[in-house]
Amino acid sequence: MKKVTGAIPSIIVLAVVVLIWWAAVVLTKSVIFPTPGKVVMGTLELASDGTLWEHIAASLFRVGAGFLIAVLFAIPLGLWMGWVHGAYVTLNPLFQILRPISPIAWIPIAILWFGVGNASPIYLIFIASVFPMIVQTTTGVHTIEKRYLRAAENFGVTRKKLFLQVVFPAALPQIIVGMRIGLGVAWLVVVAAEMIALRSGLGYLIMDSRNAGNRYELVVAGMIIIGLIGLMLDGAMRLLENMKNVRWRYVH
Amino acid sequence: MFIKTKIVVEEVRKGFPTDEGRLDVIADLNFKVGDGEFVAIVGPSGCGKTTLMNIIAGFLAPDTGAVKIDGVPRSAPNRNGVLITQQGSVFPWLTVRENLLFGLPDELPNREALAQEYAELVGLKGFENNYPHELSGGMLKRAEIARALVVKPEILYMDEPFSALDALMSLRMQNELLRILAKERHTVMLITHDVEEAIHLADRILVLSPRPARIQASFDVPFAHPRRVSNPEAQALRVAILKELGVELV
Repeated sequence: MKKVTGAIPSIIVLAVVVLIWWAAVVLTKSVIFPTPGKVVMGTLELASDGTLWEHIAASLFRVGAGFLIAVLFAIPLGLWMGWVHGAYVTLNPLFQILRPISPIAWIPIAILWFGVGNASPIYLIFIASVFPMIVQTTTGVHTIEKRYLRAAENFGVTRKKLFLQVVFPAALPQIIVGMRIGLGVAWLVVVAAEMIALRSGLGYLIMDSRNAGNRYELVVAGMIIIGLIGLMLDGAMRLLENMKNVRWRYVH
Repeated sequence: MFIKTKIVVEEVRKGFPTDEGRLDVIADLNFKVGDGEFVAIVGPSGCGKTTLMNIIAGFLAPDTGAVKIDGVPRSAPNRNGVLITQQGSVFPWLTVRENLLFGLPDELPNREALAQEYAELVGLKGFENNYPHELSGGMLKRAEIARALVVKPEILYMDEPFSALDALMSLRMQNELLRILAKERHTVMLITHDVEEAIHLADRILVLSPRPARIQASFDVPFAHPRRVSNPEAQALRVAILKELGVELV
């Protein structure tokens, strides 16, 4: 019940935004900008002929592939950089230079290297999500409290046990934060990447709708769907934060 | 009665470099702790008690001198002497049971049974699968004591172990500690700023001087357990120790 009442203000805000949008379109007598009703009709049209699901599936596949490769790369590397000081001082400057480069800036090079198939957007997603995850994982290891490392030292456990039962689980909450950030930017980037080439995906849907006869109701529909899926992806990552062995870091 | 010597602190010195030059924290410290003895160290705050404990437990090397356990110089911490500190170090990402299992080698056949036994010993039966953040401060302390004892250390190093608890819980944990120590004999070194706690628990109390720390006075605590800190002899001892610490009671 509390959850329901808590959601009321945000629902009101959404309703007001839609109302203003609708009123603005009607009052300005715009012929191109769609009303909320037209957007709903457009969405239903896409859903019924099946193209919507194809675009969503294509985008999710690219994000999933790029993000997964980034996870497999960033977490071991971040743990290593966090634990071994030499690795950190050697590699950190390189990543700090690469990190601020917008993934969009990589598009020409991605096309040069990988062509216009799926590999390009997957590479861009990898580039976008790998750095925040490396940084967060490294920070996670660096911020392990000394008292825990001392306790582990006191019991004289094996390196494997130290790593599996102390270093990794201690850094895990930060790793999850990194994964949330990483997935967020991955979703941002896939849409941008799909606007360039390809013949599928939500980014393609948006550009194609405009190019093929100014179907702005489909443009806006695509935007809203991107927003909603982004919200769901973040919600899924938040579930990870509810795991009992990481709660300690978030509850204070 | 002859008691075997367990810990020897020999000519230990320790200092740290600071912006204003070298700061001597411990100077020429010498004392011995017998096997099975409970020695409390009290001293003014900032006198280097924690530094001393870290040296004795092996986490910090002295500049000169040595700490010998059973005659062997101690250079690194090991499971034979487990340190319990004020902040605690029960791993928050492991359950109580997993924490107790942590220090036990994987190949030990009865490790699960041991963990269970020690969880029960400290009164945590039924909480084995809880995570530390689901426990109260007192229960967390119990878990820490159980994790230390389950590896069967010969020495317990306790650095202000109950200072973060409220006064009532601190007293309760002191009684718990005595109850457990009556079952399992350990050599214990306790650092505390609480003179009553020291009198309640220890066989002998060493008073440290302000920095650089030296042994300023040593008091035997000849009272049988269970002790009443309110009895006149104990109060007289308390007054004498506080006087050494520069506190005159009127």
